[in-house]
Amino acid sequence: MEYKTDYKRVAGLGSAKKGVDHWISIRVTGIALIVLGVLFLYTFVGQIGGSYEDVLAKYQHPVPALIAIMFFLTMFRHLRLGMEEVIVDYVSDHRAQMRVLILNTLVWRAVAIVGIFAVAKIALGA
Amino acid sequence: MADVNRGKRPLSPFMIGQYYRPQINSITSIVNRITGVAMSLAAILIVWWFLALAIGPEYFDSVNWLLTSWVGLLVLVGSLWAFWFHLFNGIRHLRWDMGVGLGIGESDRTGKLVIALSVIATVITVVLVLM
Repeated sequence: MEYKTDYKRVAGLGSAKKGVDHWISIRVTGIALIVLGVLFLYTFVGQIGGSYEDVLAKYQHPVPALIAIMFFLTMFRHLRLGMEEVIVDYVSDHRAQMRVLILNTLVWRAVAIVGIFAVAKIALGA
Repeated sequence: MADVNRGKRPLSPFMIGQYYRPQINSITSIVNRITGVAMSLAAILIVWWFLALAIGPEYFDSVNWLLTSWVGLLVLVGSLWAFWFHLFNGIRHLRWDMGVGLGIGESDRTGKLVIALSVIATVITVVLVLM
């Protein structure tokens, strides 16, 4: 049992003034993903299991490629922010939480860059 | 003032069932999170598939084979349902954020609607892909 007062427990741990930005970002990306998600699904699902030549031809066209890039950009941001919310809720140990949050940022930024680079390379035929 | 039980209270998702009667809103809420986290696996697989396409035909064929194997298809169809659930329930959450549809009766109805729509949309998508 702690004898600290409620004030002493929270003093100095105050808001980082970033909460509203996080809250709004997750919703704005969510709204964008209603459109981008369906567009990506529409262009992508039929390609799974397709031949290399057919799928390559599909993504050499700028429209499916642009949809994929916009989707990755928005979705991986939404995914990272959502994961942050889950981590902050369930990883209560402060040091562990910081480590997992940093790892989360690095992993999803990296995966997003790999995805965007791959689609760009295919579309530009380099 | 002294809170003897501090830090030992049950946390949000782990109280459903034990301390808190499950109902449609708590279940759809936690399923929204579970589908979001689960879809991250599909996101990695999809990026891997695009990377393979950028690398070359042999590598693409092996990743494409993995995605169309029964394990891959199970993950993809599961993610497809997760996608539709997360999308419809996300719209439900956006309405709540605007202060719309917060009543108990309406929340229960939209919760059931989201579950029904997610299943219907998944079946339609699978049928359209197979056609």
